[in-house]
Amino acid sequence: MELNQLTAHVILGKLKAREVSLDAVYAALYARILKIEPQVKAYVRNNKEPVLPLESRPDSLLNGIPVTIKDNICTEGLNTECCSKILEGFRPPYDATVISKLKDSGAGIFPLKANMDEFAFGSSTENSYFGPTANPWSLKHVPGGSSGGSAAAVAADEAIWALGSDTGGSIRQPASFCGVVGLKPTYGRVSRFGLIAFASSLDQIGPITKDVQDAAILTGIIAGYDPKDSTSINQSVPDYTKSLTGEIKGLKIGIPKEYFVEGMDNEVKSIIEEAINKLKNLGAVTKPVSLPHTEYAVPVYYIIATAEASSNLARFDGVQYGYRAKSNNLIEMYKKTRAEGFGDEAKRRILLGTFALSHGYYDAYYLRALKVRTLIKQDFDRVFSDFDCIVTPTSPTAAFKIGEKTLDPLKMYLSDIYTISVNLAGIPAISIPCGFTKAGLPVGLQITAKAFNEEMLFRLAHTFEQNTEWHKLKPKL
Amino acid sequence: MNYETVIGLEVHLQLKTKTKAFCACAIDFGQAPNSGTCPVCLGFPGTLPVYNKAALNSAIKVALAFDCQIQKHTKFDRKNYFYPDLPKNYQISQYDLPLSRNGHLMIASQDAPKRIGITRIHLEEDAGKLIHEADASLVDFNRAGIPLLEIVSEPDLSSPQEAFDYLTGLKNILEYLDVSDCDMEKGSLRCDANISLRPQGVKELGVKTELKNMNSFKGIKDALTFEISRQTEMLQANQAMFQETRLWDADKGETVSMRSKEGAKDYRYFPDPDLTVFIIEEPMILAIKADLPELPEQKLRRFTQEYALSAYDAEILVNSKNDAKFAEDCIRKYPGSDKKAIVNWLIGPLLAEANYRKVKLHELNLDKDELIKLVGFVQRQEISFLSAKNVLTQMIASQKSAQTLIQEGNLLQVSDTGKLQEAIETVIGENEKSVNDFKAGKTNALMFLVGQVMKKSAGKANPKIVSDLISRRLS
Repeated sequence: MELNQLTAHVILGKLKAREVSLDAVYAALYARILKIEPQVKAYVRNNKEPVLPLESRPDSLLNGIPVTIKDNICTEGLNTECCSKILEGFRPPYDATVISKLKDSGAGIFPLKANMDEFAFGSSTENSYFGPTANPWSLKHVPGGSSGGSAAAVAADEAIWALGSDTGGSIRQPASFCGVVGLKPTYGRVSRFGLIAFASSLDQIGPITKDVQDAAILTGIIAGYDPKDSTSINQSVPDYTKSLTGEIKGLKIGIPKEYFVEGMDNEVKSIIEEAINKLKNLGAVTKPVSLPHTEYAVPVYYIIATAEASSNLARFDGVQYGYRAKSNNLIEMYKKTRAEGFGDEAKRRILLGTFALSHGYYDAYYLRALKVRTLIKQDFDRVFSDFDCIVTPTSPTAAFKIGEKTLDPLKMYLSDIYTISVNLAGIPAISIPCGFTKAGLPVGLQITAKAFNEEMLFRLAHTFEQNTEWHKLKPKL
Repeated sequence: MNYETVIGLEVHLQLKTKTKAFCACAIDFGQAPNSGTCPVCLGFPGTLPVYNKAALNSAIKVALAFDCQIQKHTKFDRKNYFYPDLPKNYQISQYDLPLSRNGHLMIASQDAPKRIGITRIHLEEDAGKLIHEADASLVDFNRAGIPLLEIVSEPDLSSPQEAFDYLTGLKNILEYLDVSDCDMEKGSLRCDANISLRPQGVKELGVKTELKNMNSFKGIKDALTFEISRQTEMLQANQAMFQETRLWDADKGETVSMRSKEGAKDYRYFPDPDLTVFIIEEPMILAIKADLPELPEQKLRRFTQEYALSAYDAEILVNSKNDAKFAEDCIRKYPGSDKKAIVNWLIGPLLAEANYRKVKLHELNLDKDELIKLVGFVQRQEISFLSAKNVLTQMIASQKSAQTLIQEGNLLQVSDTGKLQEAIETVIGENEKSVNDFKAGKTNALMFLVGQVMKKSAGKANPKIVSDLISRRLS
């Protein structure tokens, strides 16, 4: 295998044993990018000469292994544009806390940033100002979104591993579509400082990796309390690699009946059922459970997320940074800058959110949505008082075709139906590869646990992974 | 028809904390534009606010000083509106769960004290400043993110004078608390006023006008006075009133309509998801309460008890924190047992000097020990009260000691009866009619004769001794 195809923990072993050099790792990545990037387009603003790695620090935890970063995570001195025209040329004078933590651990920050739906608004990476990314397993299909660039880059071995962000499934759904591992940590587990906000009460940064061990390592590095983020929680970070025991005998797994209803692709359904059987064979106990408020998750999410987004995106006005349209006065500057700077989906969500917060509608929409959000959270609390985790599909279908859902936003929104509740409840969830459709598209299995129990996710996911071969398959490109 | 005035005031107060409300920028006035900023207060993408505990403490302190109820569970909300001085295009403020509610402030109204309700006091962040030039508008964000208290009164004020008194009282207490510079000219204290008129005896409120752009307490009083006559005229002419915001033009002495409130702004308030709900625990409130300084009301009570001051005199002194301190220092230093002597000087000649110079009592360039020496000269009848007042004026102007000025002016009173006797004999010789009048029982004549002696001694004769000597001589 080429170096770029390996997982970070394998490369790390080779670097420490001095079998390979960091330069060789970069060279392999650049060679791969040069070859397949014209078809995959996982990276944006890719018109630069390859950048040489910083000198590696053999004493450091990660020895300089580069991490690919989604375009909405601030990297000092490196453009961070959320794949939006309105942030054209924005080069933050600061690092996100996760970036500082990566640097402190000796990771390299890969100089190209990963494509995404503009401001993370989308489930297919088609809403990027820079154009869509293709699914490495089938170039006519979407990679999922919004972290589609990160997931495609990892799946296509254009990245060793990557960071994405997940507001309603934006890490897990593309991980599922691209056949890689993606974790949405507990809300408050990872600092949001430096993540350009979509919906502040839902956003979390998380890893997208080639296997569960890499996800455990990367999560351990980026997690932890940050005094710069009031919503981050002061709780110690365990060594997640210690939970990779391979032992799941007696674990109680809930299978929510509300997730296995119409709208779910039959092929996906049987793949998931097979995966559940596998878990049983490995010693876990499964039982049907109920999450009765599941059907409200999508509407509640689209009220809360768009309301917060409408306010979070107000700052993009052409005054201080990013794109500013030519104009004759202030109001015209606001209007033209925002009209020309935002894409259609961003505008749609700003309008939706502005409406939901408007006088006379607030109680009926936003306030009610907050109340139902509490009910959804209580559904999970009830199940987790008896169960160790919940297993579901990550998405009702495998990857869909580019352009298939762009004209029907509602249909697009429904592709996150299994991932959204997790964000509303603030709990962690992981997506791991669990099979392929006949057309050769990956399917992901989602495992959910109670807040701050990422260890349970890694334990179950790792055990499943070590007893299957799905994560070892590579797309033919 | 007679109309009744209804006024409510909204005060914005910059807290003088070391750092801004939601970031670590040091607050330092007079910096170059935009040098006192960081990515957080500039609202850069990805940055997050973290609230400043010191600002919260100051806010609770103020709330307690006005007897407000502290909200145990409080939170920050976003007030959404677009303006270039607002980096995020929303202001972090407090909406439905303000830090505190239901306070009050007592003001002196005609005879009886009047209770002015304080609806709420909440914490928010200040915006930046726009500077308009010929071809462009510039923004200075140094002010953006400075903690700001909003203090909203009930519509309990019924005249411009009451509004003035309320603000003076408010400012006085705020100065005691030492939480703000309270300087209207520099914008650390800002005030908008809501005013409406209604026919005497009617319960419902009339249509209100919001007044902005006043930059002194006097300006507020003037703007309100102008509004009363403007609205009275409109009402008397049966003109339709509508809710509007008007700007005070201090030069022209009138208010000008800025915008009608008919299309009222929708700020789309919602809880700021970047800042979690926080709980103000009882022990924290008790600790802040225990730490409150002595406030004017308490000081007034103490001054009347400890120094046997009249309520009237004490009130003059406690009306300013620094004046009260200056006065109390002087009273404590004064060695005599009759404190009234020094108090009379403080609220008499000293206050007159301060008023004349348009400064506060404590701002007079006056050494306290020298003042006490001067009062001593008078008490011992070594100089006359009149001379002493002149000496005081010179002391302030020249910084010379009382002793020096008395010597230079040759002001020591003549109490030497031998020397005085000479002058008395001369005066008696020259004023036969008055002497006879006195002998005939007209007491006014004695005053005249004393005056004549005083004149001869160039004011240095001790009038009491002169009076005694003449009486004895003529009886």
